[in-house]
Amino acid sequence: MNPLAQLLRSIGARTIDGIWRLGFATRFLIATLSHTPAAFRRLHLTIREVYFSGVLSLTIIVVSGLFVGMVLGLQGYDTLVRFGATEALGVLVALSLVRELGPVVAALLFASRAGSAITAEIGLMKATEQLDAMDMMAIDPVARVVAPRFWGGVLSMPLLAAMFSATGILGGYLVGVVLIGVDSGQFWSQMQNSVNFRDDIVNGIIKSAVFGVAITWIAVFEGYEAPPTAEGVSRATTRTVVTSALVILALDFILTAFMFRGIG
Amino acid sequence: MREFPRCPTAGLFQYYAALKIKPDPHPVSADNVVEIDRLSFGYNSGRQVLADINMRIPRGKVVAIMGQSGCGKTTLLRMMGGALRPSSGDVRVFGESLVHKKQDEIYRLRRRMSMLFQFGALFTDMSTFENVAFPMREHTRLDESMIRDLVLMKLHAVGLRGASHLMPSELSGGMARRVALARAIALDPELVMYDEPFAGLDPISLSVIGQLIRALNDALGATSIIVTHDVQESLKIVDYIYFVADGRIIAQGTADEVRSSQVPYVHQFVWGETDGPVPFQYPAPDYASHLGAGSKP
Repeated sequence: MNPLAQLLRSIGARTIDGIWRLGFATRFLIATLSHTPAAFRRLHLTIREVYFSGVLSLTIIVVSGLFVGMVLGLQGYDTLVRFGATEALGVLVALSLVRELGPVVAALLFASRAGSAITAEIGLMKATEQLDAMDMMAIDPVARVVAPRFWGGVLSMPLLAAMFSATGILGGYLVGVVLIGVDSGQFWSQMQNSVNFRDDIVNGIIKSAVFGVAITWIAVFEGYEAPPTAEGVSRATTRTVVTSALVILALDFILTAFMFRGIG
Repeated sequence: MREFPRCPTAGLFQYYAALKIKPDPHPVSADNVVEIDRLSFGYNSGRQVLADINMRIPRGKVVAIMGQSGCGKTTLLRMMGGALRPSSGDVRVFGESLVHKKQDEIYRLRRRMSMLFQFGALFTDMSTFENVAFPMREHTRLDESMIRDLVLMKLHAVGLRGASHLMPSELSGGMARRVALARAIALDPELVMYDEPFAGLDPISLSVIGQLIRALNDALGATSIIVTHDVQESLKIVDYIYFVADGRIIAQGTADEVRSSQVPYVHQFVWGETDGPVPFQYPAPDYASHLGAGSKP
């Protein structure tokens, strides 16, 4: 076959496959959402998933947040000191974290830590026939396994992003005020005056909630659709992390365009 | 090879024989828990897995489906559980056709049946006790003390009451299979399906599982279907055997009939002969030319 025709054919096949997979993932999301009442009726299952996805991710979130905030403090001070505006360090750190870095970096970490774990767990349950066993007991695995994990992740993500931002601001304070010597009163008062609850904090929470839906949707879908082999689960876990990272960054651009600049 | 000597419909065959009328080898009866007619199944890729399958599983019996790995046995079992739909033909369980059933209707029927998976499929995040209690908690509103007693009774029946606190990772292969068996009978099902229950077990565990399948079937008044290729163990406990090869039923009969069968495939399978209708060599080009210089692998 002509190499060009072969290339076009390959692109076409990949495109069709991608569209088919997206459609299938959407149907899966609808099925998961339709089991939302079941997930909240058995609240202990959802709380357990909040623990596994949220509480167990706290260490990586808090430590990363602290370091990101400290780096922001250093870089921010280095830039602001050239303009004699070091008192704005608190604003710079807070807005950077609340608007962007908090939701985005926390989401990337969440995808790596909790998203991959959800995919691996569901994928292994499938590979060891646990999902089939549940199905044969007349218990829908989407209701019993997928929906609680989905809502556990969705509820955890905004809380983790808030924790990330909070510890990041603390890191910026430690570097800017304690280490470098920026005035503590100016650090906090500028932040209080300039950070708007509706435009900055609520929009940051909305962003992290959207990221939470995207990551856990990808994670549960990849796990549920993983080929029931060691290689299949391994590939699905990798795909969860890679796809989630790309989707987070793309969604971040779209959401930022709508929230902070308007569109057109 | 074609009658059910111990099945409730056995008398019909003698009756037909007296009338010199050739009986239908697969009579439809209320006493059949599973009835399969002219079933065929193939995947979208075009690969045909099962063709023209006819089967009757009488109530109260232990029936084995035997054949080589990949011959379609497990696919057939999944059809009976409603996990797969046939391309053509009919599968009736408890008198109801599964072919056009919706998921909730399939689930309603599945509450009357259960399946033991090849390696147990125990839930790895739950203890032995919780695994057996799982179907009770999901499908009944029994109080905790009642569930506790029932779980201990089920575990006692499989000899593992003392292991109720262990996690699946702490169980041996044979113990895990027994716990899965206790979970499978948790709600006293009318039909129990076993997918390779003897795979990978040591001789003692294998014998224990075999005896438990027979004993529990008779004690519960259930019907059991065993998919297996372990001939010697299953012939000790089953009432009737279907042989599947290349997606078709090629022979059937009681354990004694199977042992004395002269059907080449059955004979090779039962006596474990290395060559016969199932060749030792995978199809390949001529040996001498294949080894010759310059030939490609």
